Amino acid sequence: MMKEYMLIDKIPVPIEGEKNILALVQKAGIDMPTFCYYSELSVYGACRMCMVEDDRGNMHAACSTPPKAGMSVVTNSARLRKYRKNILELLLANHCRDCTTCEKSESCRLKELARRFYIEDVRFPNGKTEPERDESSVCISIDHSKCILCGDCVRMCNEVQNVGAISFVGRGSKMEVGTAFKVPIANTQCVGCGQCSAVCPTGAIVVQKNVTRTWEAIYDPNTVVVAQIAPAVRAGVAKELGEENGVIAAGKIFAAMRRMGFNHVYDTTTGADLTVTEEAAEFLERLKDDGPFPMFTSCCPAWIRYAENKHPELMPNISTCRSPMQMFGSVIKEYFEHNEKTAGKRIFSVAVMPCTAKKYEAIRPEFKRPDGTDTIDAIITTQELIQMIHEAGIDFKNISPESSSMPFGGTSGAGVIFGVTGGVTEAVLRNVEPDKTYSALQQIAMSGVRGLEGVKETTYQVGDQELKIAVVSGLGNAEKLIRKVQSGEAFYHLIEVMACPRGCIAGAGQPFARSREKAERAKNLYTTDNMTQIKRSESNPAIDEIYAKYIGRKAHSLLHVHYKVKKK
Amino acid sequence: MNVKELYQKTDGWLDSFGREERSLIAVLQAIQEEYSYLPREVFPYLAKEMNLNEAQIYGVATFYENFSLEAKGKYVIKVCDGTACHVRKSVPILNKLRQELKLDDGRKTTDDQLFTVETVSCLGACGLAPALTVNGEVHAAMTPEKAVALLAELRREA
Ligand code: SF4
Ligand code: SF4
Ligand code: FES
Repeated sequence: MMKEYMLIDKIPVPIEGEKNILALVQKAGIDMPTFCYYSELSVYGACRMCMVEDDRGNMHAACSTPPKAGMSVVTNSARLRKYRKNILELLLANHCRDCTTCEKSESCRLKELARRFYIEDVRFPNGKTEPERDESSVCISIDHSKCILCGDCVRMCNEVQNVGAISFVGRGSKMEVGTAFKVPIANTQCVGCGQCSAVCPTGAIVVQKNVTRTWEAIYDPNTVVVAQIAPAVRAGVAKELGEENGVIAAGKIFAAMRRMGFNHVYDTTTGADLTVTEEAAEFLERLKDDGPFPMFTSCCPAWIRYAENKHPELMPNISTCRSPMQMFGSVIKEYFEHNEKTAGKRIFSVAVMPCTAKKYEAIRPEFKRPDGTDTIDAIITTQELIQMIHEAGIDFKNISPESSSMPFGGTSGAGVIFGVTGGVTEAVLRNVEPDKTYSALQQIAMSGVRGLEGVKETTYQVGDQELKIAVVSGLGNAEKLIRKVQSGEAFYHLIEVMACPRGCIAGAGQPFARSREKAERAKNLYTTDNMTQIKRSESNPAIDEIYAKYIGRKAHSLLHVHYKVKKK
Repeated sequence: MNVKELYQKTDGWLDSFGREERSLIAVLQAIQEEYSYLPREVFPYLAKEMNLNEAQIYGVATFYENFSLEAKGKYVIKVCDGTACHVRKSVPILNKLRQELKLDDGRKTTDDQLFTVETVSCLGACGLAPALTVNGEVHAAMTPEKAVALLAELRREA
């Protein structure tokens, strides 16, 4: 078939299955100004920033117009420029301009486009409303006065996450993004995944911060601050800290955190190895006892909350393993409280996470310790860590990498790949596969568990047992799979669920990233795995040591959890 | 509110209109017709039955002026503010009613649940302007004084 073309700014661009003109414009090397377009969300066409002009002088919204062969459009003209400036001025007329204190300042799309289009003055009177904040959630905070009604968060929460905690409510000038009956967001089915904040182009939805609390603990001489860093974090910091994307930054993070005053810095990867050990044992147990199947993974707190809200009947199917963060958190408190050097001091346990939902997991009553304190005292997202590194003025680019603290220094490749969708499954398979050769590792990697697709279904042969496995990321995808299972259409032994599309590398606590950068992050973790000598969790010597020396008979109570199922 | 009865009735409407997303407005209309407003208890129920989210349904309910989220009074007074009534001074009538009943734009129903005062854009009774309706019954050529007298009469009747 002959290739079809469209003319973008007089340059012929081949049409290769693109759904809208915007995709062709991007292919032609133009970064279109947009507020309401994300390739993973449905097309809304509300902001009108992406207009293009055809050769008859008609205007089209590029995001919502399919490409037509032979059509010729320009992306920049006197009229388009005037329109765009007008739209920006109208938006700014209703918006606060407190950019110096707004935490979205560095990545605010409104500010970026206002600067790009050189808005020097807003001709309309400023009708900005007073801040109207909802601080009820420990994960996200909402300020309605900064909302530009692009609807990105609403579509994310409904279409991708199938939660539907927020929607457009009211109409006309009274319309806003809100919850049913405008109840505080914490009283809805919000799972705290934070994906709404990740797509919000302004500071209207942002992540709750634990930075101040953490600095205070660092400044206090009677407090020992112990930190752990999740696998995905190392793959997410590079760009913001002036490194090439793709740099494996774990060593530099450890060094920077020590300089900031953290007393001990550990790698949650070690916690992930504990999780693999426990979860694989549980899985083998269930294979022996014939169920209950499917067994769902339990590392993702947003998924746990989703299941509690929408599928309480599935709670017995979810693994009783605590998340790597909580397992490791238990070990940390247990160790430091019984260590003579730190006994009597306050132990402040910080987890650096790519995740906003962890902030909720950290305060769950199920993780209270017998003395009433929390297992984890503060969650710092990757973005918060970056901010703290900036605040401390550390020259990240030139800092020499260091290793994590002792004991529990060892990590494995299996633990590192937890940060990407499919990683938990792959790590568990490495454990349950009795063949411990290199070629078995290869076989597991090729079995269909890797890749950033939202749903992966595969089988893996262990001995004479064929394991049926599904890996999903994005709660909407999880919902579809659950329906298939519940209708009897499909059967799986193991289902891995991560709430964030592509897994924790794309968690809402990470710096904003486009698809390509997210793929880079995944590659980064697999490279780290390749470069780690220890591939399997059970071969990590730190794990044996933890069981033997530090937790002993308390292992089960420290590493497992039984969520209280709410009656509906 | 008898929730069990509400759910039972709602089931009936769901059966006749269907449980698909597109039936939502029809179902909401039926509920409002019966109760004169949309009781809060019905939202989670509809969300479950229709496989929607509460916030979505709330979004639809707040988009249309016609849906009310508050229980209405025994007498629903709709003051017409269409063009014809407006130029023949419907606003002073509305203001008088609100003043008498201590209501305003945000507070539409009296605490004793006796009166609800709303505006409508046009009753189609322009020849009778300024007009208002009480539970659907038209009162023609109103004045603020006549409106006060009407309230007194309704109170006696109640
Ligand atoms: S945090 Fe997640 S569940 Fe909560 S409103 Fe945002 S997108 Fe929805
Ligand atoms: S997928 Fe990862 S980052 Fe996202 S909510 Fe779950 S644990 Fe957090
Ligand atoms: S991006 Fe096309 S209208 Fe907003």
